[in-house]
Amino acid sequence: MAEGRVVGIDLGTTNSLVAYMQGEKPVVIPGVDGSNLVPSVVALDPMPAQGGRPTVTVGNSARRVLIETPERVIYSVKRLMGRGLTEVKNELKLFPFRLADDVEEGEVPRVQLGELRFTPPEISAYILRQLKRNAERYFGEPVTAAVITVPAYFNDAQRQATKDAGRMAGLDVLRLVNEPTAAALAYGLDRAKEGTIAVYDLGGGTFDISILKLRDGIFEVQSTNGDTHLGGDDIDNLLLAIALDEIHSEHGVDLRSQPDAVQALRKAAIDAKIQLSTADSARFDIELPNGDRYQREIPREVFESLIEGILDRTAGPCKQAMADAGVKPEDVDEVVLVGGSTRIPAVHKLVDELFHLAARGKKPHTELNPDEVVALGAAVQADILAGASKATEELLLLDVTPLSLGIEALGGVVAKIIQRNSTIPASATEHFTTGVDGQTNVAIHVVQGERELAEDCRSLARFDLKGIPPMTAGLPRIEVKFLIDADGILRVTAREQRSGKEAQIEVKPTYGLTDEQVETMILDSFDHAEEDFARRLLIEARNEAESLLTKVEQAKANPAWAHLTGEEQAAITSAQDKLASAKLGTDAKELRETTAWLDRATQRLAELMMDAAVTSAIRGKTMQDAGEDLDDSSISAPHPFAPTEFR
Amino acid sequence: MLKVVNSAIPVACWSCSVKQDEAKLFCPSCSKIQPPPGADYYAVFGLEPKLNLDVAELETEFHRLSRKLHPDRFARASEHEKDWSLADTALLNDAYRALKDPIKRTEYLLQLSGAQIGEQNSGKDRRDPSRAPADLLEEVFDLNMQLEEMRMARASGESDPNLEKSLSEAKAKFEGLLNEVDTDLRTQWTAWDSGEESAQAAAQKSMIALLDRRRYLRNLVRDVTEVLGD
Repeated sequence: MAEGRVVGIDLGTTNSLVAYMQGEKPVVIPGVDGSNLVPSVVALDPMPAQGGRPTVTVGNSARRVLIETPERVIYSVKRLMGRGLTEVKNELKLFPFRLADDVEEGEVPRVQLGELRFTPPEISAYILRQLKRNAERYFGEPVTAAVITVPAYFNDAQRQATKDAGRMAGLDVLRLVNEPTAAALAYGLDRAKEGTIAVYDLGGGTFDISILKLRDGIFEVQSTNGDTHLGGDDIDNLLLAIALDEIHSEHGVDLRSQPDAVQALRKAAIDAKIQLSTADSARFDIELPNGDRYQREIPREVFESLIEGILDRTAGPCKQAMADAGVKPEDVDEVVLVGGSTRIPAVHKLVDELFHLAARGKKPHTELNPDEVVALGAAVQADILAGASKATEELLLLDVTPLSLGIEALGGVVAKIIQRNSTIPASATEHFTTGVDGQTNVAIHVVQGERELAEDCRSLARFDLKGIPPMTAGLPRIEVKFLIDADGILRVTAREQRSGKEAQIEVKPTYGLTDEQVETMILDSFDHAEEDFARRLLIEARNEAESLLTKVEQAKANPAWAHLTGEEQAAITSAQDKLASAKLGTDAKELRETTAWLDRATQRLAELMMDAAVTSAIRGKTMQDAGEDLDDSSISAPHPFAPTEFR
Repeated sequence: MLKVVNSAIPVACWSCSVKQDEAKLFCPSCSKIQPPPGADYYAVFGLEPKLNLDVAELETEFHRLSRKLHPDRFARASEHEKDWSLADTALLNDAYRALKDPIKRTEYLLQLSGAQIGEQNSGKDRRDPSRAPADLLEEVFDLNMQLEEMRMARASGESDPNLEKSLSEAKAKFEGLLNEVDTDLRTQWTAWDSGEESAQAAAQKSMIALLDRRRYLRNLVRDVTEVLGD
C-alpha cells in the first residue's frame, strides 16, 4: 500500500494492544516477548553516567522494575489524561502518582518520574511508540497512521489528550473510536446481522454501555452512558481495604503506611479476585512483618455480596442508555461483554437480569477474548479508514457524543446546544450580541455535561469574540458555529454578520496542551519515518540486547540466581553468549530473536526476583527505603497497586 | 481548534469546474463532494417541506448519504475534502435528528416558515410558556401542592401510600393528555401539508399552541416522575 498501513490501537488503563487487518480478519500484533498485551507501564532507566537523557522502557520490562524502584515507574496514566490539577489530586488519594511540585492551576499537571517530569500525554506517547515499534518490527516497514480507542464516556479534553499523545508518538491519529463501538465492530464483522445490540464494557478503570442498531453494515450508536471511575480497580480496592482493616484489628499491624506491603497485598487481592471467577473459594495467606500469618478464606458468595454495590452502579447507566435509545430490555437482541472484569460470574448474572436474557433463551456474547476485542475492533475501523478493502467496504460506524454540549448563560445556567447521544459529527449555530454600547469583545464559556449549572458541568473552553465593530448594544450579530467532529472533539468558528467582519477568536481549552506545546513534546526526531528504517531497527535491537544483557548480568548477583536449577543456569549463560556475539553482527532479525530467547530463558529468574522483592517488602526489610522513595506516604486511602495482571 | 470559514457558495465545482445552479452535496457532473450548501434540512434529503413523512424511508436515505459523505470515507483525502465531508455530514446528521422526531420536525418546519415557538416566542401573541393552560389551572394547582407534600415526606423519610397513589393517577392522566396533544398535532399536520394558504395559517396557529401545551405537560410529567422516583 502506497500510503502505508493503518493499525488499530487499544490504549488501555491496564494493558495496551495493537492490531491490524490480516486479509479479512483482525489479529493482534505480539511484542518482542511474544505477548499480545503490553502492560501500560512506563519506566525510566537509570540516568546514564555520561549524562544525557535516560532511556524509557515500556511494558513487561518496565513492570519488572516496579517493585525495585517504584519512583521511576508509572502505570494507569490513562486516569490522568485530560484532567486538571484538582481532579488529578483526587486520583492521588487512590493511586501513587507523584505530581511534580511546581505544577500550577490551569496547567497540564506533570508527574515526576525519577529526575524527569512528564505530562500524561507524554507518558501515553511512550506506550503508543512501543506499540508502533512492535507493529513496525512485525511488518518490517514504518507505521505512521493509527486508529486509537477511548472510553465512550471520555470528554473532549480526554479525547484531545489522547490525540496529542498519538502525535507525540509520531502517529497520524486518523480516528478516535469509542471502545464499546469498536467491540461491536469486532463482533459484527463476521455476522451480517441486523438488530439492536448492547455492549457492556467493564474494564480496569472505566465502565461504558452502548446501545447500537445494526442494519446493512451500518453500526448506528443509539445511546451511550457510563462511569469513567468504575471498574475492576474498585473491586481490588475494596478487597484490599477489608484485608488491611482485618490485619489491623486482628494482628495490630497497620500496613497502610507501608506502600510496598500494600502493593503486595493488592497483588494477593487481585489473585483472589481472578481465582473467584472460576473457583468457589479463594484464600489469602500472607506472612506479616511481625511473623504472624493473615489467613482468610473468601467463599464466592461472600465475594459476590461484597462487590454487589460496585456492580450495581453499572445498572443505572444501562437503564439510562436504554431509555435514551428508546428500547426496552426485550428489544435488545444481543449483548456483548467486553473488558476483563466481565469475567466475573456475578457480572453475567447482573447483565442477564438487566436485559432479561435467560428468560428469552439468550446468553451474552463472550466468544472473543474480552481483553483483545477492542483492539480487534480498532483494526477493523483502521481498515475502513484505509479504504479499498473488500472485507470492510460495506461497513460504516455512526457514533454519538456521550455528553451534552452547552454554553454558560446569564446566572451560570447552562443553555444546551447539542444534546447527548447526538450522532457525530454534529453542529449547532448560536448567535451572540453585545450588552453595552461600543462593546468589542464577547466572552463565551463552553461546558460539557448534563447538569443545570455551569459550575456542575465540565468546563471545556473559554474564548473571546474579539474585534467586534463598535455598535449600539444588541446590534452586532455574531454567528458562532460549534461542531463536534467524528472524534468527538469540539471545533469552533465565528463570523460577525452585520459588518461582514470576521470575528477573531482564540479558544483557550480549560484543560489541555496548546499546539505549540505538543510540538515540543514530539518524541525524539530519531523516530521519524523518513529515517533509514533498517538502520534504526538495528540500533534499536542492539540497544534492547545491551539493556537485557546488563540486566541479566546484574540478576546473576541476585540471591534468586541460586534457586535456579543447573540446567536453567546453563541455558541462560548460553543464551547470553549467543546474544553477545549476535550483537556484533548487523542482522537485526537474528538479534531480536536471540534477545527474545534470552528473555524467555530468564523469565523464571525474573519471577523469583519479583517474589523475593514482594516477600521482603512484606517482612519490612526494604520498607524504610520504600517509604523514602514514595513521597506520597501521607495519603490515607489504601494505595492500590497497578491493576496489572500478575503472572 | 479554530479557524474562520468562508461559507460562500461556489459558482462552480472546485474539481471539474462545471457550473452549478444550486449548491449540492455532490457535483452533479463529477460526483465529487462539495462544500456544505446553505440548504434547509428537507433539501438535504431532497424532500418537500411536509410534516407527514415516512421515517423508514428517511432512515434509508440517511444511511445512503452517510456512506457517501462520512469523514471515514475521506480519511486520506485532501484537507478541503476532509473539511467539507465533516461539515456536510454534520449538516446531514443535524437534519436527520430534526426530521426523524415528530415534535422536533414540527418545530423545525414552523420555524422555517417564520413562526416563533417556545421561549423564542416574543411577538405580540406572546404567552408565558411556564404558565399553565387555562383548562388545567385547578388541577395543576392541586398537583403542585401534592408534589410539595411528597417532597417533604420524602425528605423526612416518611412514606404516604395515599399520596403516592394520587400522584400516580395524576401522572397517568397527564400522560393521557400528552397523547391527546400528539394526536391533535397529527391532525394539524395534514391540514398544513395540504399547502392551502388559509388552512396552513390556521394549522400553524393551533400547532404553536399545541406545542406550548405539550411542553408544559411534559415538564409536569417529568416533575411527577422525579418525585415518585420511578
